[in-house]
Amino acid sequence: MADHTETERLAGTAGGDGVSPTRPATDGAGAELAPRLPKAKPAGYFEGETMTRRALFSGGALAAGGIAGAAIMLPAIGFAVGPVFEEKDFPWQNVGPPSDFSSDNYTPKSFSMVTDVNEAGKTIAYIRKRNPDIDPPGSDEYLAISTRCAHLGCPVRWVAPAQRFVCPCHGGVYDALGRVEGGPPVRPLDRFKTRVQNGQVQIGPRYSVNSDLERFSARDPGEPLDGLWKYLYPKRFTVPSVSG
Amino acid sequence: MAIRIPKPPIPGRRRPPPPGDNHGNGQVALKDQAEEVAAGVVGWVDERTGATGFMKGMLFRKVPKGTNWFYTLGSATMFAFLSQAVTGVFLAMYYDPNPDRAYDSVQHITNDVWLGSLVRGMHRWGATVMIVLIFLHMGRTFFFGAYKYPRELNWVVGVVLLVLTLGMGFTGYLLPFDQRSFWATVVGVNINGTGPVIGPYLSDFLRAGPEFGATTLSRFYAIHMLLIPGLIAALIAVHLYLVVKLGTTAPPWMRAKVPEVEQEKV
Repeated sequence: MADHTETERLAGTAGGDGVSPTRPATDGAGAELAPRLPKAKPAGYFEGETMTRRALFSGGALAAGGIAGAAIMLPAIGFAVGPVFEEKDFPWQNVGPPSDFSSDNYTPKSFSMVTDVNEAGKTIAYIRKRNPDIDPPGSDEYLAISTRCAHLGCPVRWVAPAQRFVCPCHGGVYDALGRVEGGPPVRPLDRFKTRVQNGQVQIGPRYSVNSDLERFSARDPGEPLDGLWKYLYPKRFTVPSVSG
Repeated sequence: MAIRIPKPPIPGRRRPPPPGDNHGNGQVALKDQAEEVAAGVVGWVDERTGATGFMKGMLFRKVPKGTNWFYTLGSATMFAFLSQAVTGVFLAMYYDPNPDRAYDSVQHITNDVWLGSLVRGMHRWGATVMIVLIFLHMGRTFFFGAYKYPRELNWVVGVVLLVLTLGMGFTGYLLPFDQRSFWATVVGVNINGTGPVIGPYLSDFLRAGPEFGATTLSRFYAIHMLLIPGLIAALIAVHLYLVVKLGTTAPPWMRAKVPEVEQEKV
């Protein structure tokens, strides 16, 4: 290093034994068509300054700014995104004694899906006792079907004479088990877990089913669950996983 | 031929009035005094900021021949945004983003507050006007070919502004918190959730949970009045900077005029 002058180092030839990276290393004559000019000195340059020192200070200033920015942004973003990773509790709620429900027709029951938005948090489930004639073996004692259409979330209505669930918004039609019979819905109607405790039928977390009535954790409307689709619409962190 | 740029109507530093201009009695007229004060203030600011040069460059920049009323659509959109910002700030003085009181506070604004229905109406209809103006402005840019080199980046910034404005419409629609806005937002979030892989998580982010809850409203409110407007204001600054920097295009029906000297050669 000692035999190089400051100008040469600024021009980027230091340690390169005269071969600049910007020039092909041709040893033949005629390669040097234009005389090499020393690079213009940067603003604020003072005698004895090295580029290393300048680069260190620029890099240091950038790093300090980046750390300060990250110290502000990371907690703020985490604060805003946090709820996405937090599983919400869904308390079991009484919806009435077993005598309210029959095995050949649905009874609508209103209950609070979300407790802190008053009427807006209420929803309706259609509930009936298990009917061995139409329900698959091994299903729950009580079947609670969500009224949320699997297309875009409008409330469906049970039309008893037709034995169908019908959506008023875009014409989705479901059969008595909630399976899609027509219209735009992409999967059967969601269901709620049910149990009987202290002489009361209780309703629990929502879950989704695919067209074979296999259970999945609760999905939003419009998300199909058959075939490969279930991988495109994965389980969310906010809903409990399905067990039994 | 040098193009003469008109002098801006901004006074420079005033010199003392020539003798004999003071009505003979040694007193300066009130009008002259007022002008002196105004010029002094402008001059003081200009000396410390160089604002006149900046304003001159921006307001008296050259525009191509054939510039017409279609070129005002961008400014119109910006003023629609400013109108939304101003009315929005004042609506926030009475609005309460609480699911128990949001609907009532909007009814209060509409029915009780003096000029409340007017300001809310400006904000409500201004939202539609802004969307319409954006699309007209976008159509102008497209059909005049003004998105081509070197203005592609400004087109991209404009598209981001369009998406942000649509986001304003989406988040603002919930705030009256009546049946229509509630269910429209439920459906909107569900449509958003049908995006593969990240859609479901994005829905949870918008709702702050798996279901539509109390935090959803305050979250939409914060996005609507702080997050997106800040981004829009910053991007409008970038958009305008690029417009001033690159200049505007002539309409496609304008032809470049061949100088007479070259015509003689042909």
